[in-house]
Amino acid sequence: MTQTLIALGLICTELSLLAFGGGNTILPELQRQTVDIHHWITAQEFSALFALAQAAPGPNLMIVPLIGWRVAGLPGVVVTSLAKFGPSSVLTGVVLHLWGRFKDRPWRRMVQAGLVPMTVGLVAASAALITTASAPNLVCAAIIAASAALTFATRLHPLIVLGAGALLGLTGLGQM
Amino acid sequence: MKAVTRSPADTAPAAPTAAQLFTGFLTLGLMGFGGVLPLARHMIVEERRWLTAEEFTDVLGLCQFLPGGNIINLSVAIGLKFHGVRGAFAAILGLIAAPTAIVIALGAVYDRFAGDPHIRHLFAGLAAAAAGLLISLAAKIALPLRGNPAGMAVAARCFAAVAVLRLPLLPTMAVLAPLSILVAWRFAR
Repeated sequence: MTQTLIALGLICTELSLLAFGGGNTILPELQRQTVDIHHWITAQEFSALFALAQAAPGPNLMIVPLIGWRVAGLPGVVVTSLAKFGPSSVLTGVVLHLWGRFKDRPWRRMVQAGLVPMTVGLVAASAALITTASAPNLVCAAIIAASAALTFATRLHPLIVLGAGALLGLTGLGQM
Repeated sequence: MKAVTRSPADTAPAAPTAAQLFTGFLTLGLMGFGGVLPLARHMIVEERRWLTAEEFTDVLGLCQFLPGGNIINLSVAIGLKFHGVRGAFAAILGLIAAPTAIVIALGAVYDRFAGDPHIRHLFAGLAAAAAGLLISLAAKIALPLRGNPAGMAVAARCFAAVAVLRLPLLPTMAVLAPLSILVAWRFAR
């Protein structure tokens, strides 16, 4: 148990400091660690937990404490939350003091612009991995396609799309 | 910054107490579905006037520059600004308390009924819809890379490394991020 908590803490600390471009960029590594390396959950469960976190309000990193809870109960929630939100928060506090000195420097814009393609690649990778694990049949694949097209082309609220997807799933259409 | 005279419309934003920081971010955590940022700006700048529009944009620039969720970093930065470490704790705890409780309650429901075929089907549909949201997010943030073949090449390599080759994130970023910054620097000249 302690070893599991330490492993969870280390993973989340690393991800906390690598999450440039927001929470969705670290999903592939979180999945690799929890599914492929530690075998705590399956890829399907990971996608279900991700969906749960999307259906809940708040910041989009809530899959992290959820995985902590799933793997190690309440201590898991505490460890993952501290490890995920702590290091990046400390860094924010430290840099806040220096921000005035370099916020207008050209290199700051270069670094930020340079990180954009990384964010695009990582979010696309997240989408690919979650999609692969969420399309066990044609109906689910159709829901994925419709959800992607609708939210890309319209300003439909994400919650409506999630609700519609859940209802379509509930009918059991095309599922065993 | 402090010497700048404010227009009458945004005179003297009220400095929040630690308790107000907590409840303010608690509200944000409860209300924000699929993106808290627009709501955060509304509350912090227009409704409660903790920061001016310029200050908000400035702090947001910092939060987007650093790793971690923008809104998480924002809560920490604003908490620190007004009440130091105590304020930072009040703000971030307010932000994540309710979503954590809700997400775990949902997780408990999922666990309890995971064997039920109806619940399984419901979650399959929910997961599929969530995957679709992620695809459209990826497409939206990729749009600004149009007309930037070097940036697209970096994004494609990053995608291949992480999604296809399943390489760990740390070495992938250690190699590709400096390359990507170098490319951005070369093209900006």
